[in-house]
Amino acid sequence: MRMNANTSQKIAKFTIWAAALFVIAILFSIIAYILAKGIPMLSWEFLTDIPRDMGRSGGISSSIVGTLVVTAVAVIVATPFGIGTAIYLTEYTREGKITRIIRFSAESLAGIPSIVYGLFGFIFFVIYLNLGWSILSGGLTMAIMILPTIIRTSEEAIRTVPQLYREVGFSLGLTKLQVITRTVLPSALPGIVNGVILSIGRCVAETAAVILTAGSALRMPDSLLSPTRTMAVHFYILAREGISMDNAYGTAALLIILILLLNVGFNMLVNRFIAKGR
Amino acid sequence: MKSFKEKLTERVFLLIALSTLSVLALITVFIFIKGVPIIAKVGIINFVFGMKWAPSQGYYGIFPMIVGSVSVTLGAAIIGVPIAICCSIFLAEFAPAKLRNVFRPAIQLLAAIPSVVYGFWGVLFVVPMIRKFLGGPGLSILAGSIILGIMILPTIISITEVSLLALPRHYKDGALALGLTQWQTIHSLLLPAAKSGIVAAIILGLGRAIGETMAVIMVLGNAVALPQSILDPVRTLTTNIGIEMGYASGEHQQALFATGIVLFVIIMLLNASAQYITRKR
Amino acid sequence: MFDFCEDMKKGIVTCKLLKGIKVAGGAVILTLSMGLLSACSQAPESATIIAGSTSVQPYAEILAERYMALDPEAIIDIQGGGSSAGITATQTHSAGIGMSSRSLEDGEKDLWSVEIAKDGLAIIVNPANPIKNLTSDQIRDIYAASITDWSQVGGTKSKINIIAREEGSGTRSAFTELLMGKKEITPKAIVQDSNGAVRQLVADDPNAIGFISLGLVSDEVKALQLDGVEATRDNIMNNSYKLSRQFLFVTSGEPTGIQKSFIDFTLSPEGQKLLSKEGLIPSAEGEAK
Repeated sequence: MRMNANTSQKIAKFTIWAAALFVIAILFSIIAYILAKGIPMLSWEFLTDIPRDMGRSGGISSSIVGTLVVTAVAVIVATPFGIGTAIYLTEYTREGKITRIIRFSAESLAGIPSIVYGLFGFIFFVIYLNLGWSILSGGLTMAIMILPTIIRTSEEAIRTVPQLYREVGFSLGLTKLQVITRTVLPSALPGIVNGVILSIGRCVAETAAVILTAGSALRMPDSLLSPTRTMAVHFYILAREGISMDNAYGTAALLIILILLLNVGFNMLVNRFIAKGR
Repeated sequence: MKSFKEKLTERVFLLIALSTLSVLALITVFIFIKGVPIIAKVGIINFVFGMKWAPSQGYYGIFPMIVGSVSVTLGAAIIGVPIAICCSIFLAEFAPAKLRNVFRPAIQLLAAIPSVVYGFWGVLFVVPMIRKFLGGPGLSILAGSIILGIMILPTIISITEVSLLALPRHYKDGALALGLTQWQTIHSLLLPAAKSGIVAAIILGLGRAIGETMAVIMVLGNAVALPQSILDPVRTLTTNIGIEMGYASGEHQQALFATGIVLFVIIMLLNASAQYITRKR
Repeated sequence: MFDFCEDMKKGIVTCKLLKGIKVAGGAVILTLSMGLLSACSQAPESATIIAGSTSVQPYAEILAERYMALDPEAIIDIQGGGSSAGITATQTHSAGIGMSSRSLEDGEKDLWSVEIAKDGLAIIVNPANPIKNLTSDQIRDIYAASITDWSQVGGTKSKINIIAREEGSGTRSAFTELLMGKKEITPKAIVQDSNGAVRQLVADDPNAIGFISLGLVSDEVKALQLDGVEATRDNIMNNSYKLSRQFLFVTSGEPTGIQKSFIDFTLSPEGQKLLSKEGLIPSAEGEAK
């Protein structure tokens, strides 16, 4: 017997709503659990003191600094390459063999698992270039990891800039480079910023690749060649070794808050900025 | 003069753009240089199909881990794909505009949560539930599949949604005008039309699942034996690297890079097929 | 046309934003490159690197933290990598001091070494498990999977969930060396990559058995007697409990300078007290002092 069209419509609608609500419930339960356990741990001392006694007491300031600097290195290195690649793909060439190769490379990079980046970073930056387990090794490895994201978002953003802008620019006698830097890039900026924010989130959350390249030293880093333990790695070690569940939850809560801020806050800021500009 | 300068900038941009290619080449070369000697020594058949992994005694067989990776990834697909497709239909067709504006960032957030947090959540909630209700040690293929099933949702949802939204508007309007219900339209028209996009989304999701490390280290149990049921612990290719890299030296370390080579090849094949499917469209 | 003007305006505003970002970015790059310069000019010589066994690493971190508080000039970096990696690093001078949780092998005897402490190995089960004692043979058979049910060793009828450490771990090799004899740990054993993870799992699972450092045994798990001998520090010191191993510091040649003063600190009453507080058994060499 065939199912009545209306019945199947109802069942389908119910299932689809149920799936969506289920996913939201899981997301909410993970975030709420970590925040509920971790926020009570957050205090000024926790944020500003260095870890003591293997992380059992004290704060996580050196991990916060390590995370921020590794992320900064990655973003500063990857952004120019990412935007440059996007400009080449959109402004300087037609679809052809070269663009296909570049896109294939970028999409392949995007698919490589972080543990493989960790292996590569370890053998190339840590051993071959002799940078040791360091912020620099970790940051450069992360830079390669986030490159595809920045390329993709920048390319999408640049493509949405109306052709008219470029034509007006040329008719005013600007060179191609001037057109790109003065009209195309500024209009594509919100999209590019969005890609950078996504990448920052990825760096902050990463564990497997940084543990093999930046090490796991707890000491406050004093140069780019110092080893460091990012917050995600610190959380993993504390929770895994059962050193201090309280401090593990505190670290995780701070990570989640940071990610929430990046996802929600910055998006809103960028939107507001654009709205004001209008 | 001007054209020379223009040409120069173009060359510079081309050079920058080729950085992705050179980095990809660099990664390939270095991982292969480090891993190939041990594969050559053990023999590729013995390495890939060897049943015994005991580096301290010189045994380097990774077949149980290949089985582990494949079974956990399949499990993740069985759990994650239906939910993900429902969610993307929800986003593209069912959700009221207001809800959509909440749901879409929520999915993005799901992608942004660190994998160690997922793993930890699995250890706290999923593993004990399995132990209590289904028996066994709890650390199992099932636990890994559930965690990975959730982790691959954002990848599949976003790509599927994009391919649903990319369908021409008149498809849907025509079907609805013919008196089909919303579900009939989706089921018999939109989903088939978006098929290649959905398949690509699933392949990329599988790639994500097979490549995940930290979350699965915590919930899989990491035993190096062929599993007999979904309640048995297994080790995947990624966890083999993640769990032993800290200690390894010499041949043992090379063998972990060789494990990385196998993982790399699998991922490149998946990527290439996803790219091929999207191109063909 | 009107729309276009609006968009141009937006372009100009975002252009200002872009300039702002350029300036900020420039500043960050400048600071970072200055950091890089200073890093290259001074850091490497002054830091003493201690590398090796991850079992020793946490204790070395505690010692180093205290030592650096006493001597603010000193910079000590502690890195894992495993005993073998640490010993190799010491031989090639890429680490000042190597940490080892196994005794030195033949090719490594030219290194200078000192026992800094002993670590006991405890066989642990869930507190709900009625079993209190196992013989060495029973443990070997359990880990070799020839005994698979708790009822075979006098417990309730349920399958034994075996938990081991990963290949390469010093704890695993000590366990294999001391208990397994010619037999192998079954590949079906669950593998966890840290003492803490093994302990957590045993605490959660009434059917589990595992082995961890004696110092890390807590109320959540129960340490078994081995051949009727309680796993205690006293029983390790009088050699009646046989599951223990040495923690070593190794250097290439007689230690000098900061290496010597750090090792001296480790063996001093204060250093030994720190290790003892963490559950390790004081070194005989420390007591001799």
